[in-house]
Amino acid sequence: MIWLTWRQFRVQFLVVATVVAAAIVVLAVTGPGLADDYRRLTTGFIRSLAFERLNPNLYYIGQALLYAVPPVIGAFWGAPLIARELETGTHRLVWSQSIGRRRWLATKVGVAGLGTIVVTGLLSLAVTWWSSPIDDAINAGQSSNTYLPRMFPPVFAARGLVPIGYAAFAFALGVAVGLVVRRTLVALAVTLAVVILVQILTPTLVRPHLLEPTDRNIVASAENIRGFLLDGSGPDPQVKQIEVATGAVGAWKLSDETVDKSGNALSVLPAWMIDCEPGPPPGTARETTPNPKRDVCFQRLADEGYRQHVRYFTADTFWSLQWREFGVFMLLALGLTGFSFWRIRRDLS
Amino acid sequence: MTAVLQAQGLGKRYGRRWALTDCELEVPAGRVVGLVGPNGAGKSTLLNLAVGMITPTTGTVEVLGTPAGAQQAKVGYVAQDTPTYSRLSVADHLKLGARLNPAWDDSVARQRIENLGFDPRQRAGRLSGGQRAQLALTLGLAKRPEVLLLDEPVAALDPLARREFLQDLMEAVAEHELSVVLSSHLVSDVERACDYLIVLVDSRVQVNGEIDTLLATHFRLTGPRKDAKDLPRDQHVVTESHTDRQSTFLIRTDRPILDPAWTVSQLTLEDLVLAYMGRTAPAQPERPLLEVRR
Repeated sequence: MIWLTWRQFRVQFLVVATVVAAAIVVLAVTGPGLADDYRRLTTGFIRSLAFERLNPNLYYIGQALLYAVPPVIGAFWGAPLIARELETGTHRLVWSQSIGRRRWLATKVGVAGLGTIVVTGLLSLAVTWWSSPIDDAINAGQSSNTYLPRMFPPVFAARGLVPIGYAAFAFALGVAVGLVVRRTLVALAVTLAVVILVQILTPTLVRPHLLEPTDRNIVASAENIRGFLLDGSGPDPQVKQIEVATGAVGAWKLSDETVDKSGNALSVLPAWMIDCEPGPPPGTARETTPNPKRDVCFQRLADEGYRQHVRYFTADTFWSLQWREFGVFMLLALGLTGFSFWRIRRDLS
Repeated sequence: MTAVLQAQGLGKRYGRRWALTDCELEVPAGRVVGLVGPNGAGKSTLLNLAVGMITPTTGTVEVLGTPAGAQQAKVGYVAQDTPTYSRLSVADHLKLGARLNPAWDDSVARQRIENLGFDPRQRAGRLSGGQRAQLALTLGLAKRPEVLLLDEPVAALDPLARREFLQDLMEAVAEHELSVVLSSHLVSDVERACDYLIVLVDSRVQVNGEIDTLLATHFRLTGPRKDAKDLPRDQHVVTESHTDRQSTFLIRTDRPILDPAWTVSQLTLEDLVLAYMGRTAPAQPERPLLEVRR
């Protein structure tokens, strides 16, 4: 049965595996150089990357591949696995051999599922290892407009264990959908759409609930203010929102809201806060030009007890968050596979 | 001797539609059974139940004395439209059979493929319908089952390929001494290949038995107009038709027909099957028994 599974699966497998293997080779070749640069340049490492072309591109290619692999595996490995058999009727040929349909399903899911985990695992390992100098430098406080801390949603799901969880989930989803709709193309499209949707929605809907975030109240000041949202143009702009830096390097901020001295969140900020506006241009000019009006505003803000209530995941929660998200998607994958084993026992003529 | 196929109160419902109802069957071993009925009569349902592909809604079905699906290695099945893996070669199919069946007979498989003149490297998707059916049959035979079930194996074939396939099947049956159940909606297929008949109409078994016996016990009676209830009790009316002065009955009886008023004629298998297929619900009121007094 393993032979038959491989015989049917090898084309899809080799297409994906070849792309992944090529990527791994390129990363393996260029990785030591990048790590060496970091050791050599230390604090100037990120700045030096701006003058390179290959490594920044590889950084994005690795990230993009890890986002692409789960939907591709779900749609092209998972969905056709059973759906194509049911669609062409070949399940009736193979089930009339001396093999039970559950063993048949177990072998197919086992072989292709193992392939899913191995291929995604190796790619994720390569990308995580290759990117570690950049991730370390960012987490060590080197500033960059190009590279985000690995806690941030675009990077988080392209490192460590999470891609494996997504891929396993996508594969199991493809199998289950294929078993239910019994049409390869429909199963493929549904799987592709659902997996991409899950990838988009997980950072906002799932990830914040996996761990208890750090919860702090911070007094906004001229030094830590990072965002100032104004509404309405003309003479009377309204302050909608203030954002501050958490002070934790590499942390991923979930929420940032202004509360008054009794701790209630404000939907409308007092009009006088307009004076706290950092003013254009941001950056160095702000610190050098004294602005007494702004200082008064921040003083009043502190005196009247206004605080910024921030919730964030610190950089050192990276692996526990990774394990939890991985666990959630592995459980989903197991659940879907269990469903497939239950469904295969029902009438399928 | 255990029955090859035994059904008791067997029924299968899909949603609100019954595909098979109240099926009582006992098919003896060593026969080539023709399962005949119009399209949608429940032939595929019966065979799918027998191989355990689907589970019954009511009743039980046993194959070789055990519940359907329990002895996969002993039951060969060639499904409707004879599915094959279009991207796998003929040789791959044989390898598949060899790997998935403990009793696989590779020499039978190779011999058959050679006799059929197939190129083992040919992909199954490029075979003709008849060739695909032959390939599926090869898999079914080389598995060395005790009973082989074939669901309309020749439905998609042209008359010539049909004849070849059935001839081939008969040779294999003679060689391997297996029991066969073959479904078809054409009587001619059954006439050519089978010695036992099951007629399935409207999801019910109308008649079943050895073809020779069936032909020897069914007669057409033509004579002056008479009511069905006036016939002797041992003569079961299958169909009747009347004109103003004449009546024609198709009856089943184990006894000789004594009434001299009738012109008695033999039936062909096709007449017999068509009579059962075209029959409406039978009404069997109490009727007198006509006996010979000596």
